[in-house]
Amino acid sequence: MSQYFDMNRRRFLKTSAAAGALVMGTYFMGAASRVLAGVLAQPANDTRQANLFVALRPDGVVEVTCHRSEMGQQIRTAIAQIVADEMEADWNMVKVIQGKGDPKYGDQNTDGSRSIRYNMQRLREMGASVRYMMQHAAAARWGVAPDTCSAVQHKVTHTSGKTLSYKELVADALTFTPPVSEEIPLKDKSEWRYINTGMAHIDLHDIVTGKATFAADVRTPSALVAVILRPPVVGGTIKNVDSAAAKAIKGVIDVVEIPAPKGALQFQPKGGVAVIANNTWAAWQGRKALKVEWNDGANGSYNSDAFKQQLLDTVNSPQSHVREKGNALARLNNADDKLMADYYVPHLAQAPMEPPCATALFSNGAVEVWAATQNPQADMGTVAAMLGIEQDKVTVNVTLLGGGFGRKSKPDFSAEAAYLSMKTGQAIRVQWTREDDIQHGFYHAVSAQHIEATLDENGAIDAYLHRTAFSPIAGLFQPGANAPMSGELRLGFTDNPINTPNLKLEVGNAEAKVRVGWMRSVSNIFHAFAIQSFIAEAAHKAGEDQKDYLLKTIGPDRIVDVTEQGAEYDNYGADKADYPLDIGRLRHVIEKVSAMAKWGRTLPKGRGLGIAAHRSFLTYVATVVEVEVSEQGDLNIIKAWSAIDAGTVVNTDTVKNQVQGGSIFGLTAALSDGITFDNGRAQQSNFHNYRVPRMSDAPLEVDVEVIDSDAPPAGVGEPATPVFAPALCNAIFAACGKRIRQLPIGDQLKA
Amino acid sequence: MVTFTVNGETREFAGDPTTPVLWYLRDELNLTGPKFGCGMAQCGACTVHIDGMAQRSCVLPLSAVAGKAITTIEGLSADGDHPVQQAWVEHKVPQCGFCQCGQMMQAASLLSSNPNPSDEEIVQNMSGNICRCGTYPRIHKAIKSAAKSMTVSTSGKSGVNYFTPDTLGEEA
Repeated sequence: MSQYFDMNRRRFLKTSAAAGALVMGTYFMGAASRVLAGVLAQPANDTRQANLFVALRPDGVVEVTCHRSEMGQQIRTAIAQIVADEMEADWNMVKVIQGKGDPKYGDQNTDGSRSIRYNMQRLREMGASVRYMMQHAAAARWGVAPDTCSAVQHKVTHTSGKTLSYKELVADALTFTPPVSEEIPLKDKSEWRYINTGMAHIDLHDIVTGKATFAADVRTPSALVAVILRPPVVGGTIKNVDSAAAKAIKGVIDVVEIPAPKGALQFQPKGGVAVIANNTWAAWQGRKALKVEWNDGANGSYNSDAFKQQLLDTVNSPQSHVREKGNALARLNNADDKLMADYYVPHLAQAPMEPPCATALFSNGAVEVWAATQNPQADMGTVAAMLGIEQDKVTVNVTLLGGGFGRKSKPDFSAEAAYLSMKTGQAIRVQWTREDDIQHGFYHAVSAQHIEATLDENGAIDAYLHRTAFSPIAGLFQPGANAPMSGELRLGFTDNPINTPNLKLEVGNAEAKVRVGWMRSVSNIFHAFAIQSFIAEAAHKAGEDQKDYLLKTIGPDRIVDVTEQGAEYDNYGADKADYPLDIGRLRHVIEKVSAMAKWGRTLPKGRGLGIAAHRSFLTYVATVVEVEVSEQGDLNIIKAWSAIDAGTVVNTDTVKNQVQGGSIFGLTAALSDGITFDNGRAQQSNFHNYRVPRMSDAPLEVDVEVIDSDAPPAGVGEPATPVFAPALCNAIFAACGKRIRQLPIGDQLKA
Repeated sequence: MVTFTVNGETREFAGDPTTPVLWYLRDELNLTGPKFGCGMAQCGACTVHIDGMAQRSCVLPLSAVAGKAITTIEGLSADGDHPVQQAWVEHKVPQCGFCQCGQMMQAASLLSSNPNPSDEEIVQNMSGNICRCGTYPRIHKAIKSAAKSMTVSTSGKSGVNYFTPDTLGEEA
């Protein structure tokens, strides 16, 4: 281990700009992360450039670098909580520095609800190593044994009562060899003072005073504004452009064509025509004045109604299986009474409140970007490819994100800004309008599913067949791909928790005719909707209580390994020894939320309770929704309750906020008409015809219980979303007897 | 030439009078608290006060604010100590925070005209402001807290005063 340390220490010394500060970082070798401490002899000049994870400055201030993107999940606070807790820092001395895009951090792709899972251990070790250095530096200064010194809240105290502040020990610590990770004592959970509390997040004051900097708020460099007219159809190209009227608009400076993507779409811009102006309004007016004719290409025939029928036809005929147990087909073919249901969920748009935006400044063969990006390393790759430069010539600064929800994992907007800056030699801010966001997105997959089952003499599911088909994300990376990646199936499909002797899961083909991308909890949304709705339908058929039947259907406490039934399953990239699919934990959240909602209580006419439970991103969530449906079919969502078991959690209030918000985000699928297409063109354009939940749609109370757990940390940002729509639709059935199998709910309750 | 005040300072604008107030505030004055979310008065992220009343600055042309007083989140209080801002902190309302300046300006306007709104009045007044993070339950609670801590006179007006534009964003 020490050899490993020394080998990499040299590289660290060369790259760190944190001269004079005690800086801790990590180095990756395979999957293992190890603490690496750097010790520099030179005096400080500019420690603000500290580019690893924690720096204790000579003035005693602790700089914690957050290398993950902040989009409301309070990762900047959580990372600081972890480091500051283990290093026993005074919270008032902690500053958070937002990391730029840089492969040395390891993964920076802030999606998949994994920031804490990937980083908690190494952040703890880094914080603890600083504390260790403080303790040992003080002991050496005093000539006493280290175990007679304790480092607490920015100072070290000897048993005699004498103290030294961390600030006074920085210079001493620089002469010490830092410990290897195995030798660093970590706190016991009972000693945590920041971790596992609901402390306020660090950006709160900036946000409520309007000082928080989102992408469009970047004012240095001072930039021209570009608004872009993009081809309405994916794969479309420019036939001809008449820019005379646009150029005549006062304030318009230039009109620049952006090339169509080459090869696999990936995150490349769609191409189009940019109007560059000295203010946003002029650029917007200039775009309106552009006259462009397009070649639509092969996707110009895409019609989402026809595609819906195609998907439904696909799931109603045999497809290739991805998981099998017993002989479901024989049981179902011989059954004279089976329950059958088709489910459908349309395309959706993430529609973060901040539309995509990035500023870029190209000079001397290199480009600097300021962007609201979930994955700055993807910006580096996408920008470099578009500009034909090396990735190390791309600097990506990450602003706060005004919501992400998966949209901002795709940095087409950064590449647009970088390209326009290269072409014009000016700093350029590309501002997407809401219409751009709705019509040129990376949409949530449209999906259809067919489930059929037979029940045994006790009402339990005896045979279960489930087919899914949806426009796959795979199409972004492989032109013409018509099968989902296993990564899309593992999200609630292959890991179906139903305990039945006969089960078959099949996947049909479909080709994406638009750009399909991740949206908060991804294909868990439609898979959980179908499975959790179907279980409630089976409960009704069996004449049993929904909640009792859900528990009966997932079966007794046990660990399920779906690979034993032939499934390809990567368990969200986590070791199944650490993160098994644990039915006991799923049962526990169901029982917990049932108690919270007082499940089984008598309700007035027109009211109903619905429940759904699902494991996603290694976290277990159960939600109960209470609704009222009037005689006229008006829906009122009264209240929701959720229990979440995400293992060890860093900020309990953030978890509650994420579950509340994730639930309301999940309501989008039920309420919104979705994004529909005709002639390859999105039919919606702004919030007047792409409906997202408003306060009047949302429950005003979402009670959340965070299960106290010592299990390793799992996901928080996404897992509350998939359960909401099925819990809601199950509640609607309980309230009025109408079963919603196709989303949105629309006017189905009026019929 | 249009003359008005922004956060108490007199300003003059001689450019295109159809320019929405939002882009003037952001691009000319670098007041970035009001946000662009939709451009057609659908989401409320751009909400500012015009003579104390909440308005959607993304569709409000500068020609309509002659002689009026514009207040942005930057001018709502000296250092975030308006009761609404304090309530937002108390309830830890924000997630990403992008819509929250508009939400707070809307809430402050509501409470200035209706110091003790009912649950339903809060819903009615706040449903023009979208939050994709879904912080509505906390916004609702924060407004009730702020109402308790505020003592203001009533003016009898409703909480929002919409400018009806000739055109609706890009739809026109």
